[in-house]
Amino acid sequence: MYVLAAEEASNPLVPNVAEMVVGGFAFLVVLFIVGRLLVPRIQKTLAERVDAIEGGLKRAADAQEEAQRALKQYRDQLAEARHEASRLREEAREQGAQIKAELREEAQAEARRLIEAAHAQIEADRQQAFAQLRTEIGRLSVDLAGRIVGESLEDEARQRRTVDRFLEELEAGNSAAVR
Amino acid sequence: MSAALTPLASEEFHAPGLGIFDWPPLVEGQAWFNKPALLAFTGGLLVIAFAFAAFSRPKLVPRGVQNVGELAYEFVREQIARPNLGKDSDRWMPLLFTMFLFVWIMNLFGSIIFIQFPVMSRIGYPAVLAIGVWVLVMYLGIKNQGPIKFFTNVMFPPGLPTWIYFLVAPIELISTFFLRHITHAIRLFATMMAGHLIIALFSEVGWHFLFVQLTPLGAPVGVLGVVMTILLTAFELFIQALQAYVFALLTAMFINDALHAAH
Repeated sequence: MYVLAAEEASNPLVPNVAEMVVGGFAFLVVLFIVGRLLVPRIQKTLAERVDAIEGGLKRAADAQEEAQRALKQYRDQLAEARHEASRLREEAREQGAQIKAELREEAQAEARRLIEAAHAQIEADRQQAFAQLRTEIGRLSVDLAGRIVGESLEDEARQRRTVDRFLEELEAGNSAAVR
Repeated sequence: MSAALTPLASEEFHAPGLGIFDWPPLVEGQAWFNKPALLAFTGGLLVIAFAFAAFSRPKLVPRGVQNVGELAYEFVREQIARPNLGKDSDRWMPLLFTMFLFVWIMNLFGSIIFIQFPVMSRIGYPAVLAIGVWVLVMYLGIKNQGPIKFFTNVMFPPGLPTWIYFLVAPIELISTFFLRHITHAIRLFATMMAGHLIIALFSEVGWHFLFVQLTPLGAPVGVLGVVMTILLTAFELFIQALQAYVFALLTAMFINDALHAAH
């Protein structure tokens, strides 16, 4: 038979008191050091980590919200600025149109004034030329008539009457022709 | 001691028996101080050293050993504590975490070369843990449910016909308050013992047929023994962790039953 059979006196199902004491003692020491001292530390750290992560998420959400707010503000300002710019542009266009109209008005008035002045000048010149011409023609006619007739029309008064009559006739005929 | 250590004593093959679980004292005259006792202390110290390295100065951003420690901690919390204890988990984590690691390292000694003895295959070690859990559960149950309600809540589940209580009450009483605590210890002890015995058997086969008595007919048997030893060692590694998990899981379940009436 097996040499060790004699030693197999102990029933494996009956616990040995000594090893229960050893096992219990070893477990309690481990439980005290690991369970009582060390596990609470990691529990604390894990809780802090959860806090840190949740805090970080909250901070991120806050920052997001802040950014959204800033963006909205920026967009509002942009829209306002666009609106303002278009208003100014409209105003400028109106002003420009007004100024243009005024300038045109002024220029037209000026032109009219110039034209009128020119007309007046021309009229005056014409009158003057006409008067001069009339005198000249009178003198020439008298000269010519004197030469033709051979007599000097010395009588001033008569001479003038004759000339004036002639000229009036001439003028009447002339203006009738012009009309 | 083991026949494996005295191979030339006999030409005949002897399967290793229960003798491989009996250890002489390491120090003459100190009967209690044998190899399992030394391993129990060593295992306890290893658990302490590991937990100390991991958790003594925990960082918010974990590094090195702390990562491993947190992995173990979160495994125990998510797989053992939370499913059974729910919101009471954190309060019982120190016990469950310690118990899981302690039992596991004790089992693991069975597969560590030159040590090769699972401490939990000595009934005394699982027994003392199971007795401790039993005392704790009795205390918690009486404190939380009252000295009579704690028993009657289990013995008289509502909604059954009256006559059946004559059957149910004693069964529940014995099974809930005694048997399941006894099997708590025996389950761990028996799996470790059986695993160690089977590995010892195949190692002995390999040793005997390849070294002690090498014959053309015996050699294949010896090779089979070696192969089986390797395969079963891998299987044992799984069983060791599984049994540690089951032991802690049942502890959590018993504590929860004591804290809250089961039905």
